[in-house]
Amino acid sequence: MRPHDILLPTPAGLCCRPGGFYIDPVRPVERAVVTHGHSDHARAGHGAVLATRETLDMMRLRYGDNFARSTQAIAYGEEITLGDVRIKFHPAGHVLGSAQIAVSCGELCIVASGDYKDARDPTCAPFELVPCDVFITEATFGLPVFRHGDAAEEVKKLLASVALFPERAHLVGAYSLGKAQRVIALLREAGYDAPIYLHGAMDKITRYYESRGVRLGELRPVRGTKKAELAGTITLAPPTATSDIWTRRFPDPVTAFASGWMRVRARARQRGVELPLVISDHADWDGLTATIAATGAGEVWVTHGQEDALVHWCRTKGLAARPLDLVGYGDEEESETLTEAQDVEA
Amino acid sequence: MNRFAELLDRLAYEPGRNNKLRLITAYFREVGDPDRGYALAALTGALSFKHAKPGLIRDLIAARTDPALFGLSYDYVGDLSETVALMWPKSALLSANAGHNNPPPPTLTDVVTTLRTLGKLELPAQLARWLDELDETGRWALLKLVTGAMRIGISARLAKTAAANLGHKDPHEIELIWPGLSPPYLDLFAWLEDRGEKPVNRDPAPFRPVMLAHAIEDEDFAGLDPADYIAEWKWDGIRVQAVTGRDTHGHCVARLYSRTGEDITKSFPDLLPSLHLPGAIDGELLVMRDGRVQSFNVLQQRLNRKVVSPKLTKDYPIHLRAYDLLGDDENDLRELPFAERRERLESFVRRLNDARVDLSPTIAFDSWYALRLARAHPMSAGAGEDAGAVEGVMLKRRDAPYLPGRPRGQWWKWKRDPHIIDAVLMYAQRGHGKRSSYYSDYTFGVWTAGESGDELVPVGKAYFGFTDEELLQIDRFVRRNTKEKFGPVRHVVHEPDQGLVLEVAFEGLQRSSRHKSGVAMRFPRINRLRWDKPPREADRLETLERMLKADETNKVLVTSENS
Repeated sequence: MRPHDILLPTPAGLCCRPGGFYIDPVRPVERAVVTHGHSDHARAGHGAVLATRETLDMMRLRYGDNFARSTQAIAYGEEITLGDVRIKFHPAGHVLGSAQIAVSCGELCIVASGDYKDARDPTCAPFELVPCDVFITEATFGLPVFRHGDAAEEVKKLLASVALFPERAHLVGAYSLGKAQRVIALLREAGYDAPIYLHGAMDKITRYYESRGVRLGELRPVRGTKKAELAGTITLAPPTATSDIWTRRFPDPVTAFASGWMRVRARARQRGVELPLVISDHADWDGLTATIAATGAGEVWVTHGQEDALVHWCRTKGLAARPLDLVGYGDEEESETLTEAQDVEA
Repeated sequence: MNRFAELLDRLAYEPGRNNKLRLITAYFREVGDPDRGYALAALTGALSFKHAKPGLIRDLIAARTDPALFGLSYDYVGDLSETVALMWPKSALLSANAGHNNPPPPTLTDVVTTLRTLGKLELPAQLARWLDELDETGRWALLKLVTGAMRIGISARLAKTAAANLGHKDPHEIELIWPGLSPPYLDLFAWLEDRGEKPVNRDPAPFRPVMLAHAIEDEDFAGLDPADYIAEWKWDGIRVQAVTGRDTHGHCVARLYSRTGEDITKSFPDLLPSLHLPGAIDGELLVMRDGRVQSFNVLQQRLNRKVVSPKLTKDYPIHLRAYDLLGDDENDLRELPFAERRERLESFVRRLNDARVDLSPTIAFDSWYALRLARAHPMSAGAGEDAGAVEGVMLKRRDAPYLPGRPRGQWWKWKRDPHIIDAVLMYAQRGHGKRSSYYSDYTFGVWTAGESGDELVPVGKAYFGFTDEELLQIDRFVRRNTKEKFGPVRHVVHEPDQGLVLEVAFEGLQRSSRHKSGVAMRFPRINRLRWDKPPREADRLETLERMLKADETNKVLVTSENS
């Protein structure tokens, strides 16, 4: 059996015919296997959904109890058989509950990594390297200009700014699922123990993280706090909120944004970000290339993001590589970082 | 260097003027001499060394990275220095030592003083060494500095104000002594910190900070009385300040400055003999042939020349058209009302009595309507044969003193109306620089009869004119309506009933064999987005051809009246 007999890109998503399911389908399907809880990967309206317990809980939080006809939770390391294939979930290190899905058929093993990062994150299980024959990698930051560096250094930058402008509020734009909780955890690790304020939109998901044992210290809602009390404080908010009239409740706010995109100045400046923080939940260029090499895969499929550069790199290393034309994940992300409608996930 | 880079980095993102000032002043307080002096020089554009060419930077990165990856990265980031700073591979030697026994990263003073004396052949190796030693931000700042492309939204004025704040001094005091100072400004900082005397400006022909005009909008006129203003033509040349003074021996010293205070005397030796009376003229530099002002394109032949040959000065005779007098001999006239300065100017130009220097005439008008007519027909309103070099009119309050900067309500510029057409967006390309993540370069077209019915033919490209909010809207439209991608170019849907109509403004039209449409626009920009208009209602090529004919007829009229 050839790899594309096992997994095939279709308009609905990555389809596994011999297993009778789709991975992260973007259209409603009978059986869906979901890598993680971000809205572009985990959508409502499928028949049966297989995912980690955390991912299912997040879908429930976002879409309500009836987001699918039936659900099945699977733990990391657990293997189940679906049709003619075996699948196994492995931590992807992207957000709480995120998984890479290894699909095996006979001797052949394909790993669909969903979104992943190999950098340390105190709020989720670390990325696990899964040896395989075909590795399906994301390429959100698939250009050699993206090197994220140490997130702890970026948090230091934020704290230095709080010290320099004690009369101003610091507003940190961060995607509500995963990024926000990671930034809070990093602030705590850096010794910041003052209360951290939250935009109402991130309350539910942050409380969920806490319920799963992620310790985040004292958190307070912004709502109901007086303007003067917010001087010298740090508030986490969805990125779009940091540029709307909601910010007028803060004293002369310094706008920060935690995202891998902040590596490129043009992006930060266009958003009106004053304090770009290069903190990403995706692997950077060095992370992508190191991971690809370490899986031992002879063939690499590259999806959502900067496919061209990563495909080129793979070929120079003698690996068979091709871009995977999956729609619904990659292209929106760039423009969505800037729209009013949705949060960013980066 | 890393500390200076940190400052530049933070400044580049900080929009607030007061916060910028605080950041710079904090830097001056925290960093000692001579580093902070060189920083002040860098921020005010006062550093001089031979800049590295972008080609050199490209060669350095090409030797260290895969060319295809570099190409994709550069296309994405849009800025050479930034791409190289981000991609620069960690030096094997340095990362192996991980902080031990590594040379310390260079200071700003190291960089500036080394660059001054470094030979051209030694530059690449030295740059590579520095790039190895600096972090990402440090590399970015270094490359911006050595290529002379430090555009970070800081005016020289702002940097001087930040320095003044260090010693709670009036920034105007610094402006006045500035021409006599040089990097690293030890005497200036000593004075600011009350450790030394105030430096004296001994320059006999110093630059005076220039006064600038606001663009006037239609709604501004309601609050203005024509009787309060003097109007002049706005010439399409370059703004200069011609200063003549006497040195300690009583000899005349003449200098020509650009509007930013850059000394450009050496580029215009042919004008110097004409500046033989002590004084300071504010005026427009033009090329004049047979008593007639030439277009800006002609003047451009004289700009940024290192070597000025006799042939150049003969073929492109330089001329100064004076419109203000800031100093008359020893007297500073800047506090006087403009009407009085203008009288002094008229008498000064008479005394000068030199063919290369003349007065910019005023325009008689008694109502805004009359001035609007004059602006539309400069030829018949007094500009005569020079009408082609008129960009619009200037309005100056009779009682305005000469104030540095752009004070509100004193001077106005009123440019001529542009041409406007409705065109259809056809292709979009990512921008460069700060627009690198947006589809911000647009090719647009108008309808023309083709073999199989009407079709769109591209007539121009524009990449500005829209607001940030409109840019987001177009960017979103492009991404959602892409039919095909060709490398960085997106083919955007453009059907009679599907597509985006752009109102395009431009200054003029020329015939062009390079363009399929046969016309080329001068200075096109997006004036408005016409979401309301279906593409089928956009303009046709015939409209442009009519405009072109009208333009040409005008030119013919001008020429025939001259002959």
